[in-house]
Amino acid sequence: MPPETVPQQRADVIHNIGYRHYEGARLGRAYARRSLFSQSLRGAYGLGRSAKSKVGPMLMLAVMCLPAAIIVAVAVATQANKLPVEYTGYAIMLQAVIGLYTAAQAPQAVSRDLRFKTISLYFSRPIKTVDYVVAKFAALVSAIFFLTALPLLILYVGALLAKLDFAEQTKGFAQGLVSVALLSLLFAGLGLVLAAMTPRRGFGVAAVIAVLTISYGAVSTVQAIAWDQGSTDAISWLGLFSPITLVDGVQTAFLGATSAFPGEYGPSTGTGLVYLLVLLGLTAGSYGLLMRRYRKVGL
Amino acid sequence: MAQPTTVEHVTVIATESLSKRFPRVTALDRLTVDITPGVTGLVGANGAGKSTLIKILLGLSPATEGRATVLGLDVAKDGSAIRESVGYMPEHDCLPPDVSATEFVVHMARMSGLPPSAARERTADTLRHVGLYEERYRPIGGYSTGMKQRVKLAQALVHDPRLVLLDEPTNGLDPVGRDDMLALIRRVHTDFGISVLVTSHLLGELERTCDHVVVIDGGKLLRSSSTSDFTQATASLAVEVTDTADHPDGTGVLRAALDRAGLTVQPAGRGADGAPASDHVLLVDVAGDETYDTVRDAIAELGLGLVRMEQRRHRIAEIFRSDDESAGVPAKGTGTDAPGTDGTGAHGKGGAVDAA
Repeated sequence: MPPETVPQQRADVIHNIGYRHYEGARLGRAYARRSLFSQSLRGAYGLGRSAKSKVGPMLMLAVMCLPAAIIVAVAVATQANKLPVEYTGYAIMLQAVIGLYTAAQAPQAVSRDLRFKTISLYFSRPIKTVDYVVAKFAALVSAIFFLTALPLLILYVGALLAKLDFAEQTKGFAQGLVSVALLSLLFAGLGLVLAAMTPRRGFGVAAVIAVLTISYGAVSTVQAIAWDQGSTDAISWLGLFSPITLVDGVQTAFLGATSAFPGEYGPSTGTGLVYLLVLLGLTAGSYGLLMRRYRKVGL
Repeated sequence: MAQPTTVEHVTVIATESLSKRFPRVTALDRLTVDITPGVTGLVGANGAGKSTLIKILLGLSPATEGRATVLGLDVAKDGSAIRESVGYMPEHDCLPPDVSATEFVVHMARMSGLPPSAARERTADTLRHVGLYEERYRPIGGYSTGMKQRVKLAQALVHDPRLVLLDEPTNGLDPVGRDDMLALIRRVHTDFGISVLVTSHLLGELERTCDHVVVIDGGKLLRSSSTSDFTQATASLAVEVTDTADHPDGTGVLRAALDRAGLTVQPAGRGADGAPASDHVLLVDVAGDETYDTVRDAIAELGLGLVRMEQRRHRIAEIFRSDDESAGVPAKGTGTDAPGTDGTGAHGKGGAVDAA
């Protein structure tokens, strides 16, 4: 064999790294659903996206946590015997921030896939409609829960540092967590349904703000008028018509919260049951509407 | 065909009397076709039922009647399993502009079930194979159409499917980009060993790329046979002449003269396949060496200027066009259609069967 052919062959081998088949594991639907969940959850805080898209969510997270930190600092410094804010009252106090966060992140979770038609690539893969909807829903619920539970955790840790009563604080913290979990379910459901109706991100943002925040303003105003006229019954029923007062009503009736309604005329246990049913019904309804929406999208 | 079990071993796609009816339109009408491993072209005008067929094959849309299998799996029952080993490249844009090709394809690989490390490795490999290098770390929004098409192809290949469905992959590309993409598609089969079903309405492309061509129209099968059957039928001669003062319509008089001489002549028509063709080009079937002499003599006799005279094989476009012309008559199957050319006896390996 002529010696000069040998290096030539070798060069060939080095440069031609041919196609390699994949023989490894294919982890199927459940894994794909988890991957979509984690990608969407990270995306809700701008992780894995451009630096610019991290600013918004991180800023809102800071705005949510800052008051909690201040409250804790004051409580520790003044050696107060209770926190100035209830765990359940915190999210109600900062509901505008939660509303804004939902308005910004719900469209980012679903409108983009519709607008850029990436959705057809998802549905050409092992997952089904239900997997997509569940993953996106769960991701946004988790993101909002993180946003609302983190300040509660700060309050709780601070309360323990200030040597407040452990049992009482733990109970309050647990009630607060249940309350923000319900809030996350409701906000995520409403936010996603509104955002999924349009591929236009701007419309999605506006619609979510309108439903979450403006409805709260309207209900509060009407409640204030009812309060003026002394119809306290009306106050406790009016809360059904905006998401945040719905959560307020449920936690007043079942989670030992002090109602933020005018005159603290929150719903009684009986009325509270209606509140709870409406809240769970809205969440389930949102899920149903999302399923219906995506069954039509397809390729 | 008699033994379905053996058919499933040699076919990647098999449909049997597959129909899809919407309230107002029939998208697929009793389509029966077998597609063998290799590169198969699916040809049809817009609305011929190509996209509907792809949706059914991916198990995303139930057929109204009939059945179909992909890689031996039933589309009605095993949709998820099919989609795990099939890749799909849509016709439309489907890429988010604000992420890089690498991030996007990694995510899509994971959505196909690949573990994180394998997803990254396969993404790097696949992007290199489709010809994306340092630009793969930049956001997709800044890519050219050609680069975007490569990313779309990469996401369809990243999980190493056994079959890819490519919907109009050359749409929007310039001639060079189109050639590159066609070469790449050819390599998907020859180098990667992945079967390809590629749709197009540009027939010349498929002629160069595909082993086998399936023509559907109005949801019906017009023809299914190997590309060589379409193109090697008879040689033909493209003739272009000038007009003169005596013969203001040089092409017309030449055609008449050749007709009289007993040759089969037809105008090349507009180049739907991108071939250099115009109203001034005639296609003459070559019956033998004497055909060249006849054509030369006819032109000399008429005193026309000969612009060019070149050998050409029949193009799918011509066969398809004559199918179109006879579209009023329901297609009866292979070999009996395409009267305008020469019904080549299209008994391709897949073999089309009765669509009516």
